[in-house]
Amino acid sequence: MTPAVQVPIEKWTGKIREITLGATAAEGGTRTRTVTVGGENTLPFLSFEGTMPHAPVVALEVQDHYPNEWSPLLKESWGDVLHDPAAWAKKAEAVGADLIVFKLISAHPEGDNTDAAHAAATVKAVLAATGLPLVVLGPGQADKDNEVLVAVAEAAKGERLVLGNCEDKNYRTVVAAALAHGHLVVAKTPIDVNLAKQLNILITDMRLDLDRVLMDPTTGALGYGLEYSYSVMERLRLAALTGDGMVQQPMICTVGEETWRAKESKVNQGVPAAWGDWIKRAIHWEVLTASSLLLAGANIVVLRHPDSVARIKQTIAGLMAD
Amino acid sequence: MGLSGLDIYKLLPKTNCKECGQPTCLAFAMKLAQKQAELSACPYVSEQSKAALAAASAPPIRLVTVGTGESKVEVGNETVLFRHEKTFFHPPGLFVRIKDTLPQAEADALLNQITSFGVERVGIKLRVHGLAIENASGDAAAFAARVAAVKAKTDLPLMLIAATPQAMEAGLEQAAGVSPLIYAATAENWKEMAALAAKHKAPLAVRGQRSDPSGQGDLGALAGLTEQIKAAGVEDMVLDPGVRTSHGTLIALTQLRRLALKSGMRSLGYPIVTFPGENASSVDEEVTRAAEHIAKYAGIIVLDHFEPANVYPLLTLSQNIYTDPQKPIQVSPGLYEISGPKPESPLLVTTNFSLTYFSVAGEVEGSGKPTWLLIVDSEGMSVLTGWAAGKFDAAKIAKSVNQFGVPGKVSHKKLVLPGLVAGLSGELEEELPGWEIRVGPREAIDIPAYLKTWS
Repeated sequence: MTPAVQVPIEKWTGKIREITLGATAAEGGTRTRTVTVGGENTLPFLSFEGTMPHAPVVALEVQDHYPNEWSPLLKESWGDVLHDPAAWAKKAEAVGADLIVFKLISAHPEGDNTDAAHAAATVKAVLAATGLPLVVLGPGQADKDNEVLVAVAEAAKGERLVLGNCEDKNYRTVVAAALAHGHLVVAKTPIDVNLAKQLNILITDMRLDLDRVLMDPTTGALGYGLEYSYSVMERLRLAALTGDGMVQQPMICTVGEETWRAKESKVNQGVPAAWGDWIKRAIHWEVLTASSLLLAGANIVVLRHPDSVARIKQTIAGLMAD
Repeated sequence: MGLSGLDIYKLLPKTNCKECGQPTCLAFAMKLAQKQAELSACPYVSEQSKAALAAASAPPIRLVTVGTGESKVEVGNETVLFRHEKTFFHPPGLFVRIKDTLPQAEADALLNQITSFGVERVGIKLRVHGLAIENASGDAAAFAARVAAVKAKTDLPLMLIAATPQAMEAGLEQAAGVSPLIYAATAENWKEMAALAAKHKAPLAVRGQRSDPSGQGDLGALAGLTEQIKAAGVEDMVLDPGVRTSHGTLIALTQLRRLALKSGMRSLGYPIVTFPGENASSVDEEVTRAAEHIAKYAGIIVLDHFEPANVYPLLTLSQNIYTDPQKPIQVSPGLYEISGPKPESPLLVTTNFSLTYFSVAGEVEGSGKPTWLLIVDSEGMSVLTGWAAGKFDAAKIAKSVNQFGVPGKVSHKKLVLPGLVAGLSGELEEELPGWEIRVGPREAIDIPAYLKTWS
């Protein structure tokens, strides 16, 4: 006696835009390989319902300045390369990253306040050290973001970099730079479906095609707002699949940056014994945040600890197929 | 999945006798559908209709209880596929497996670690929820002895894992009255296992077999098994679709949840048990898989390894995913005293989102510096979210200063704002004439250093 079972299948009408990061020599750049994300026409990994032609990918974060405030666990693990962005990027490629997220933090006016020429030169140095595609992020201060990203866009013409972050109050200069020099952009909004959609519309109004835009819906770390990101990403993905053309962007999540600020990862003094072994706990914190967001629709997870890369790659492989 | 008024109407006598107090049977049916009337108000409804209506109003995924007393675990009764649609109600029970082949001393040590493990997060105590005792030895007497030994030491809910009804019975006899989860009935042994479940009034796990990745036929077989077991008198069941890969589990659990909620398939409307460690290549992989099962859609998760560094992140994830999106966990607004502040002690302000409160209060406490902490009613939003939504602005902060009697308790006029809303200081100086508004750190973790320099 076997009852007939008809598993409900959703008839999605939308699909996620397929976006290629980086350009090889044949395509006008210097990357040894490119990375393509998106293209899925169902919820993450649900192969019984649709296809996910490109597995999500793992990025590692590299900065142009020694990360003084980073957890000692990260500093120990990376070692001396933290003083040299090119060496750092090379090591990131060696430990298995699919792409590099390079942050120009030294340009921050409250930091070293380095200039556009410095930014262009360090991006060139990183491009020379690794064959991976690059996401280049400014220091997070509008005027300086514009100043350094414009210079970087010009210096790396043809590389199909991803420039960021575009935010609702500051996106025009970065979008124009991407348009002028053949790059892509990251559109970052604070954990909100409508704001994410609105920024995509504003960017389209400037005639940058949405197949050159990644969305960063803002990451909350495990225990520090993860559930907000998780649900906003699920809602964005459902809206995309039901046909909203303004949110069909692949999503990038800054997991490492958020989880390594969490007390659980950052410190081990004066914390409860029940939190357990520090390094294991910290890696789990990064890996579990990433794996949960992959289930919610993340296409790119940006990590900080080299050991998390293999863990997440194993997770992705396991979720993609038996 | 409720019936519509018309569906209910079809089950009523349709005599319009008005004895229920409604003008017509249809009007009564509409009231029933809106849960504004009780079926018992109709004196003439048939027993058959009563049964049909009761079945239709049962939750689409049955609530199953494992264990008894305060530490019992309730799982199931979920109503949505995505937490934003409403909320997820019953966080998965995290069980740890103890085999009867583990030497007694090691088993005792493990049990001690598990039962003494507990950690508070945002005011909620996190702990391991149960123990899964497995008859790995194949020896019924060894199994019974291990069950008895564990039961003597803890009141945590138990799950008994044994392949044969004989061993299961030996185990169950040692677990009388504690309603353990029996694992598992299969196509081969379901009659005996169902009889044991009925006899011991214990919930029963039912294991299917997944032979192909799409596996619709396999779920049909599992549904057939639960129907037979239900007919044999066992109502409380837990499903194991029998798949152990990461991808396969996500697919099977998603399909089961959809079949229960969207197709209203009662025979698959039960919570699900998973074993993330089986077929995992490392303990780390077990942890990652358990995390996948927390999000999508396990009711009970059986771990093969216990270690605080693994369990604490998993329990935190479970807390996150099962937080009601409409009702963030909050604390009451007010002026909090930390470490016995004096009138001249520093005054910090933040929101009543409970994670914010506990992060800030924890750091202030850790600093050892007596401090006043003013908690503003941001409707449970964090500092940045509250600021963006207009729930944590200068007017609201100024109002709280007066509402909670700050001037009567604090002798100075220096208020420290969270660094994330430094931009509010100008406005706040206008709202609070004569006050000095200072900007504190952006992150709670930097508060102790800040308080050291406060004067």
